[in-house]
Amino acid sequence: MRHFRKKASGSLMAIVFWTLASLITLLPIYWMFAVSAKSRVQLFGSPSFVISSFFTENYTITLSDPAFQRYMINSIVIATSNALLVTALALLATYALSRYKLPGKENLFFWTITNRMAPPAVFLLPLFLLYTQVFVVADVRLFDTRIGLILLYCVFNLPFAIWTLRGVIDGIPKELDEAAFVDGANTWQVLTQVILPLAKPGLAVTGILTWVFAWNEYLFAATLTSVHARTITTGLAEFVTVTGTNWGRMAATAMLTLVPALLVLGLAQRHIVAGLTFGAVKE
Amino acid sequence: MRWNSVGWLFLAPTLLILFVFGVVPFLYVLVIGFTQWNSFAANPDMQFAGVENFRRLVFDDQFLYSLWLTLKFAFFAVVSEIVLGYFLAQLFMRDFPGKGLFRTIHTLPLVIAPIAVGATWRLLTVPGLGPLPYYLNRWFGYEFNISRYIDQAFFTTVVMDVWHWTPLVTLTLLAALSSLPKEPFEQAQIDGANRFQIFWHITLPLLKPAILATVFIRMMDALRTVDEVWMLTGGGPGAATRYIGLHIWRVVFPKTDYGYGSAMSLITLYLTIVMCWMLYAGLVARRDLKRAD
Repeated sequence: MRHFRKKASGSLMAIVFWTLASLITLLPIYWMFAVSAKSRVQLFGSPSFVISSFFTENYTITLSDPAFQRYMINSIVIATSNALLVTALALLATYALSRYKLPGKENLFFWTITNRMAPPAVFLLPLFLLYTQVFVVADVRLFDTRIGLILLYCVFNLPFAIWTLRGVIDGIPKELDEAAFVDGANTWQVLTQVILPLAKPGLAVTGILTWVFAWNEYLFAATLTSVHARTITTGLAEFVTVTGTNWGRMAATAMLTLVPALLVLGLAQRHIVAGLTFGAVKE
Repeated sequence: MRWNSVGWLFLAPTLLILFVFGVVPFLYVLVIGFTQWNSFAANPDMQFAGVENFRRLVFDDQFLYSLWLTLKFAFFAVVSEIVLGYFLAQLFMRDFPGKGLFRTIHTLPLVIAPIAVGATWRLLTVPGLGPLPYYLNRWFGYEFNISRYIDQAFFTTVVMDVWHWTPLVTLTLLAALSSLPKEPFEQAQIDGANRFQIFWHITLPLLKPAILATVFIRMMDALRTVDEVWMLTGGGPGAATRYIGLHIWRVVFPKTDYGYGSAMSLITLYLTIVMCWMLYAGLVARRDLKRAD
């Protein structure tokens, strides 16, 4: 009985503690939501966390703004294309690394990750110059194009995908491939009919996290685009640099940027940490 | 093992993309770093300058200050995150009702775009709007204004980073704690060790690889922080939060000092690699010393 009571009070303490910790996590986000739901007049004066009446204009104006719509579509197209491209290429690459005897392949595997570790600021200038002046074919530049960002995001998303998928592909028994080869299947059939179905959960997680990384990226998107290929994150940053201080609309834009993050939290929560530590930590 | 050529064929698109968009920019910045190239200069063409840029860097107060700030930021942020994350991971080790929900909430900041994190904290701290300056002043009479006081701006960026990334440390260390063997702890309890002795002589040594790996990952990310800080303070007030990524951006774009900015980029890349290597070497060497005892 005493033991039980001690355990119960321990649980109560834990719940109280984590409720406070959760408040610290959620309060900044809730405040942003509150700002997005208030008019300029309501924001004037002392800051209040109470939303007395939901002021929808910040959202309706943002959503009907053609610039915002373009940013949103660009972000969706770029993140989705990048996720599909990265997942497909990484599947091929990891299959090769896992099943073929390639000289120096382990060094290659480690080299890929260095692309992800380098500070992005270092590559801003060379990429800007390459995109505006060097990678030019008859007036067509990579600067301010969606394809330019899609290809660039591969540089840090491919290593991530290869590192996470390596364990998945290595975990599929080689005997399964061998059996299929004995039955007369070719390499492509083995890849699509044996490996792909078994690797599906791993591929899904990799794809989802790749999508989020591409969606969240700001620095390159801001440097390598000007009008046509601007993404939602650059649109959000413009509220500080260009438009000034329309806090309500900035908060509404930030809330809309947040939506995919919340979906991912629901879909792939258990894999987020593995994704952020290059697969070094598994839960 | 089958035809290697097929294997290389599968790897080819990946290697091609990494080469064109990863290696080529690196080689390009390596070349520009040894030139004098500024489109606003008297001679706007690119010309070979030897190591002149690197010589200039050593005496550049702004660059050195930015480098020092970045290290200071990374140090405060990473140390706080490791201590706090370890404490939180320990609290997650026991079972209690609602644990899953609390964990999900705790994971939330990890998936938010850094630029949105910056926006969130700006809305919290901007004078005249944010609750933080308002209530600190009203309850404690403390004047909080990150666009005026440099220390406040600096520590607000640290707190923001802690808010954003502590969950990663918590969850990594939680995974490591859950996989520790039970026997050493039971044995230590039988031998009558107290809590601190168990922590110092058993938990910490067993956890060291996980802690160092986490420090490694967090350090690399902290050293290259740009987005959140750009959104929160824009590098200000003055140059108080102009961390190295922001500084390079300033030299390269508004000032168009391409050659000098490239040299700066190279040094930054070099220092990042050296720091990571030292961290890694420290990890390996310590373990070897232990084994030699």
